[in-house]
Amino acid sequence: MNDDKKMQESSESINMTDPATTGATSESGTPKMTARNVNVFYGDKQAINDVSIDVNMDSVTAFIGPSGCGKSTFLRCMNRMNDTIPIARITGDIRLEGDDIYAPQMDVVQLRARVGMVFQKPNPFPKSIYDNIAYGPRIHGLATGKEELDHIVESSLQRAGLWSEVKDRLQDSGTALSGGQQQRLCIARAIAVDPEVILMDEPCSALDPIATAKIEELIHELRGQYAIVIVTHNMQQAARVSQKTAFFHLGTLVEYGETTDIFTNPREEKTRDYITGRYG
Amino acid sequence: MTSTTLLFLVIGLGLVAWFFGRLKAAGLHTRGKGSRSVLHSLPNYHGWYVALWAIVPATIFMMVWSFVSPSLITDAALNSPAAAQLPQGGFARGAILSEARAIAYGHQVNAFNPLSQSMVTPYREAISYYQMIGAVAALLMVFACGVYAWLRIKPDLRARTKIERVTMMVLLLASLIAIVTTVGIFLSLVFETARFFSMVSPIDFLFGTEWNPKAVAGPRGETGFGAIPLFWGTVFIGAIIAMIVAIPLGLMSAIYLTQYAPAKFRSWMKPILEVLAGVPTVVYGYFAALTVAPALRDFAVSIGITSASSESALAAGVVMGIMIIPFVSSMADDSIAAVPSSMRDGSLAMGATHSETIKKVLIPAALPGVVGGVLLAVSRAIGETMIVVMAAGLAANMTANPFSSVTTVTTQIVQLLTGDQEFDSPKTLAAFALGLVLFIVTLLLNLIALRVVKKYREAYE
Repeated sequence: MNDDKKMQESSESINMTDPATTGATSESGTPKMTARNVNVFYGDKQAINDVSIDVNMDSVTAFIGPSGCGKSTFLRCMNRMNDTIPIARITGDIRLEGDDIYAPQMDVVQLRARVGMVFQKPNPFPKSIYDNIAYGPRIHGLATGKEELDHIVESSLQRAGLWSEVKDRLQDSGTALSGGQQQRLCIARAIAVDPEVILMDEPCSALDPIATAKIEELIHELRGQYAIVIVTHNMQQAARVSQKTAFFHLGTLVEYGETTDIFTNPREEKTRDYITGRYG
Repeated sequence: MTSTTLLFLVIGLGLVAWFFGRLKAAGLHTRGKGSRSVLHSLPNYHGWYVALWAIVPATIFMMVWSFVSPSLITDAALNSPAAAQLPQGGFARGAILSEARAIAYGHQVNAFNPLSQSMVTPYREAISYYQMIGAVAALLMVFACGVYAWLRIKPDLRARTKIERVTMMVLLLASLIAIVTTVGIFLSLVFETARFFSMVSPIDFLFGTEWNPKAVAGPRGETGFGAIPLFWGTVFIGAIIAMIVAIPLGLMSAIYLTQYAPAKFRSWMKPILEVLAGVPTVVYGYFAALTVAPALRDFAVSIGITSASSESALAAGVVMGIMIIPFVSSMADDSIAAVPSSMRDGSLAMGATHSETIKKVLIPAALPGVVGGVLLAVSRAIGETMIVVMAAGLAANMTANPFSSVTTVTTQIVQLLTGDQEFDSPKTLAAFALGLVLFIVTLLLNLIALRVVKKYREAYE
């Protein structure tokens, strides 16, 4: 009993993701991340053209647009994953709580711990389920002992809605799970390092409808605890899970606003055409 | 007419047959409905069809005939009146006959034995007689089979299908030759080894600790064939010292090349590393013997190991390790590159640094491939000969001192089989037993390595 209580205490100290706590650090209305006049080039080709956008803590933001419109590229700029592409070059200004993430003093390792990412294809490491979740806490030294690590693993899996399915087989390989479970494992893995922002790059495009519904449900539950940005091909999905929607076309941000407005009453002709299926 | 000219004649006739076959097919080549030809196959295929029919049966006949005719010739020569003077049976008779045959074929000019000279004429007659029969039969076959095939040319003859089948058979034959040769080598090793083990007990050989094959005394109960020192020396050089050098260096260079190197550097460095694999092993051998070994001995002496030999396990092992680096590196390179990049991105997106990602995600994921590569490298190292012959020495020491001289299985095989030897002494046959052990070990290593690599590949595709 005593142990249980201790574990709960430590959970509070590690996971400062309670809506109440996070609300204090970023009052609603103050954007969590801001991007101003961002341009991205791949070699000579310009992939993103002058995009400015704010991401809020209390809403899920969806990026929609036809293939090749730059929405994933822009998403990858937000935790500097584009650094891994040698020919990619970025200008403009992206800030996380006011700190320029491309400033020389910004440590990319710290940045990515604060801005987590979930990929299009589930990519669990070829390790046990436990080690997959414990990976981030271990490299960032978030747990001081085995007990604390156990607790992080359990609470992350619980938040990702996977705990009841895997609690008896934490030592099985993460790659042995089904596609939907793997993706939730990846979300749990991202949650485990207690990020402030979670970027999701078409997280459901490789999943069946039932697994997709579970992920969408999970996004609903995580809303408010993390600033969530989701890139999706699927407009219905954007309408279901997001409160704000950004429509990208040919590397430019055409329209950004409340999801309900974008889908019912878009300001731009292009957005209307895309929403109504004129092209895409 | 010699068999070579006959062969060329048959091939020439085959070309003529090709021409006629094609001609006939081209004559049949009229337009049917629409633009489609009435011929099932193009005229060329019909040409090949006739040509193959003309050449192949006749060639097979000639091959069979060349095996059968010598005994027919000998029989005919012995039935001649001149053969009556020959001694009945025994060594002399055989010698005379073979001498006569050699003169008759023109391999030899003068006879030592006048009796052989008298046998030359009957031999010559028999030879020309049977050669004539063979040639006529072969040419008849060319004509008969060629005409048969030519007559079969009709618009609906599926010549193309048949030619495709022949092509397939030729390719199959080509691939079988390698396999059959390997099986043949293996069988010869097994038979010679069995002869060896009839003279020396397998237990003494496999578990004996004294290797001194020169001490052979009698036909039974020999000692000095204990191969353990050789096995130890092989493992010590090829699997221990060489791998201590090759595994870290190969792995680290693979990591650098796949993960850190700029594309331009990689495009230079990889081919250079692969060239290293193409350096003849004899070059490594004298590098080991003339440069590395003396340097190591001097070093050993300078740190107080006065017993250091000029031929040392360390010199051979280190150079062999360097030779193996490209293998380990390119296998590791392939398996690291085969780890999906989503894995790497996943780890980086968690805030892991580059080296943490490599250490904790890429290497573990690539490990089976790396292990497979190392096993292949070991199997190559223990079969390697030139370096150890030149640098490891001949003394069969059982020692873990890297500065002393040891010997390996391959070195001893070279020792046993160079120079004059008789092929029924256990000393020579021991080489086959050693070869068989080496063959089995490398085969097993390769099998395990390929299985490991394959299993790993399945996991990601």
